[in-house]
Amino acid sequence: MNVSTPEIGIVTKTKNVRPKTKKELSVEMAVHNLNFFYGDNQVLFNNNIDIYKKQITAIIGPSGCGKSTHIRTYNRIFELYRNQRAVGEIIMSGQNILDSSVDPILLRRRIGMIFQKPSPFPMSIFDNIAYGLKINTTIGGSELAGRVEDALKRVALWDEVKDKLSDSGTDLSGGQQQRLCIARAIAIEPEILLMDEPCSAIDPIGTAKIEELMIDLKSLYTIVIVTHNMQQAARVSDYTAFFYEGHIIEFGETKQIFTNPQNQQTEDYITGRFG
Amino acid sequence: MEVHLHREIDRLKRKILALGAEVESALSKSIKALKKWDIELAQSVVDYDEEINRMEVETEEECLKILALHQPVAIDLRFVVAVLKINNDLERIGDHATNIASRALYICNRQKVEIPENLILIVNLTESMLKRSLDALVNMNTDLAREVINDDDIIDDLHAQMYDYIQQKIKNEPELVDCLISLLSISRNLERTSDLVTNIAEDVIYMVEGEVVRHIL
Repeated sequence: MNVSTPEIGIVTKTKNVRPKTKKELSVEMAVHNLNFFYGDNQVLFNNNIDIYKKQITAIIGPSGCGKSTHIRTYNRIFELYRNQRAVGEIIMSGQNILDSSVDPILLRRRIGMIFQKPSPFPMSIFDNIAYGLKINTTIGGSELAGRVEDALKRVALWDEVKDKLSDSGTDLSGGQQQRLCIARAIAIEPEILLMDEPCSAIDPIGTAKIEELMIDLKSLYTIVIVTHNMQQAARVSDYTAFFYEGHIIEFGETKQIFTNPQNQQTEDYITGRFG
Repeated sequence: MEVHLHREIDRLKRKILALGAEVESALSKSIKALKKWDIELAQSVVDYDEEINRMEVETEEECLKILALHQPVAIDLRFVVAVLKINNDLERIGDHATNIASRALYICNRQKVEIPENLILIVNLTESMLKRSLDALVNMNTDLAREVINDDDIIDDLHAQMYDYIQQKIKNEPELVDCLISLLSISRNLERTSDLVTNIAEDVIYMVEGEVVRHIL
């Protein structure tokens, strides 16, 4: 899907923003000059951002600014829709994952995604986790059961469901369903977890559990979260990128963004003066 | 929600400015009472301290309410944090004004002593520093705040000179020792006031620029 030829009309307003950081972090994914089009309509403009390994990066910005579109390029899920294309580079393990030689199915195994609305499969809790493992691996029997248990334990859901693994995943509460989806994603050991407003349909207690879970999972996975909830971004993330009208306006350590943003637009947005 | 927060922030701004005006007035009156040996005026400053304390508590409660209910960020957060600290500094300046007024009362009820030239300089500069720090807060003027911070060294030097002067004076006129020690105490209270005013100026810079300059300037 990658188009390497230069595009006419791409706005080059967004400069390459890099966070000021004293930490020595390795880059899991480097986005270079990413542009995105719905048909002829360009919605992302020269996005440049480094996603740091085993850190949580939050993407914030007003509705329609391109946050979800941006992360949908990371696992090329946009390719499931017609007339959508990404131009630029997303480098992961030295390879441009937008390149047509990269298998999107394999890519999505490495980059799991959690959606706004919990989306368990209409099958048992056990099978929700086992399904991905059966497709992607050859394991079975007790090993499979062990992997399912392990995934459910990692999302702190095991104690709540261990006695009803054969019940339908859709019978769980919203928060539990979302944790089940996270368990399903991590069961196949991805490198990156993309979360697109994972708590927007969940009550405050469920939200708190998922936030705790994200912080726990950070030691194992790189996490990118799109959120409308700025307090959530401030609470859980290490780095924050502010998007506006398809441009990355500011990217920096979350502490700096929420106490002393360098860009007036960022300041106006996070203090509620616009957006 | 955000409009509500900004209304609360505006109200907090009015509260801290009102406290600043009261503290400025208390310091000014305590100094006037000293210069004019005015017992009534000195007593009024002592009596008014309770009101300043009440205002400080009220402002602090307002800050805590905003932090708890609105979780402000960026400039709003820095403003509330700066107000919390400035509020405390202003209350302490109010205490120093009360101490100065008490010392003025003490001197008035005994033998009056001549106010040394150095103390007048300390008085004038401290008053000016307080006024300018509050102007810097109102206008978010970091240049003015930096000017105030620089003036603190002058006060420190003048206070050190006062110490030498009083020491010599006690040797020469030991019968005035009580009043002279009171003058030194007033100088000490003004020197502490200028330190607190410096804190206010530093907090103004933090609020506007987001940079902690406390141990840099």
